[in-house]
Amino acid sequence: MDIYKSVIGGDKRAIARFISLIEQRSEEAINLLKKIHSRTGNAIIIGITGPPGGGKSSIVNQLAKKLRSKNKKVGIIAIDPSSPFSGGALLGDRIRMQELTMDEGVFIRSMGTRGALGGLSKASYDSAKVLDASGMDFIIIETVGVGQSEVDIVKLADIVVLVQVPGLGDDVQAIKAGIMEIGDIFVVNKADKEGAERLVKEIEMTLDLNPNKNEFRPPVIKTVATTGEGIDDLFVNITRVWEHFVKFDIIRKRRLARAKQELIDIVKENYFDDFFQRYSEKIQDMAEQIYQRKMDPYSASEIIIQDIRKVFFN
Amino acid sequence: MIAKKIRVLIAKPGLDGHDRGAKVIARALRDAGMEVVYTGLRQTPEQIVEAAIQEDVDVIGLSILSGAHNFLFPRVMELLKERGVDDILVIGGGIIPDEDIPGLKEVGIAEVFTPWTPTSKIVEFITSNVNK
Repeated sequence: MDIYKSVIGGDKRAIARFISLIEQRSEEAINLLKKIHSRTGNAIIIGITGPPGGGKSSIVNQLAKKLRSKNKKVGIIAIDPSSPFSGGALLGDRIRMQELTMDEGVFIRSMGTRGALGGLSKASYDSAKVLDASGMDFIIIETVGVGQSEVDIVKLADIVVLVQVPGLGDDVQAIKAGIMEIGDIFVVNKADKEGAERLVKEIEMTLDLNPNKNEFRPPVIKTVATTGEGIDDLFVNITRVWEHFVKFDIIRKRRLARAKQELIDIVKENYFDDFFQRYSEKIQDMAEQIYQRKMDPYSASEIIIQDIRKVFFN
Repeated sequence: MIAKKIRVLIAKPGLDGHDRGAKVIARALRDAGMEVVYTGLRQTPEQIVEAAIQEDVDVIGLSILSGAHNFLFPRVMELLKERGVDDILVIGGGIIPDEDIPGLKEVGIAEVFTPWTPTSKIVEFITSNVNK
């Protein structure tokens, strides 16, 4: 199978295989990623994040159905946590997406976090590119159930949808830093439950306090994902926010920042590893001295950095 | 390059609504370090095969209690063949009479695990038979 050609042609088996190669961090994956790069950047990437059991998968399911009714092709990456003990994972997001399985225009991939702590998996970034190159119009990334500070989704998505549910805390939760700052659209799901109206008001109040609210104020939408209530409203708002972000150059800035961050990460990952390999003996030796209080870690690091400078900038 | 993790699709074909067994197996495989995709109840063979392809799994585990295994298991094998998939290990489990097992193996089900099988035996079977 020529994976490159098949992926460009939208072949699902090829897409699936390519993503597996990315998860294994194989040389072949990197060569393929180089080849597809010029064909990416066309899909709109939507991140769906929020607490466990908040209805993210159900919202993804409904939103994907809505996009399909507009004849848009949808790629979905759904992430669940990997065990820090066994490394295994139970990936259950598909349960809420059963009706999408047989749809020609939908591709769903479940992923374990495999040690990543920001709500995504390492492979999710490059896997989104595969879906993009395969001709998907929209890519939906569903993060793991998050708490307060897993905000990596901002590094990958064009638009972040933050799902909240009533009953999880008081109004101070809404003004805390972290997750509440990353929503481009707020969804109050399970809006038929008690406390939904109050949660909407608390979020609105938080948004009112935002000093930049005149530039862009995230919409707050009520949904009941199990019935599909509010999904039309969500879709309309995604379109609106997208248009606003394009018009005010926000998408370009976000994507440029993403490209920069990615380049830095790749260099770090590949070349810092080389450095550490090169200095592994010295580091071991220094660690011993630091442990015995014969040396402090800051002075030790200066010695290594000076040495690196000598090698690279002499 | 890092070692490939074993990925398993646990699926419940047919109409019975009992998935405690499937969940117990899913949990055991998770604890053995595998990535387990659970797709939920009442899956058609078509849905199972499509999900297995998109998830690029190494193993499909079919759990069934309704008695329709002699129709549904061979149908899954048939669809895999139609799609040209020959590298997925397919195993079955549930309430399956002993006399039906040889026939299921004949169509390509690698092993059938009936009640009281220790989960460790299933883990062992997968790790020693999966395509590496």
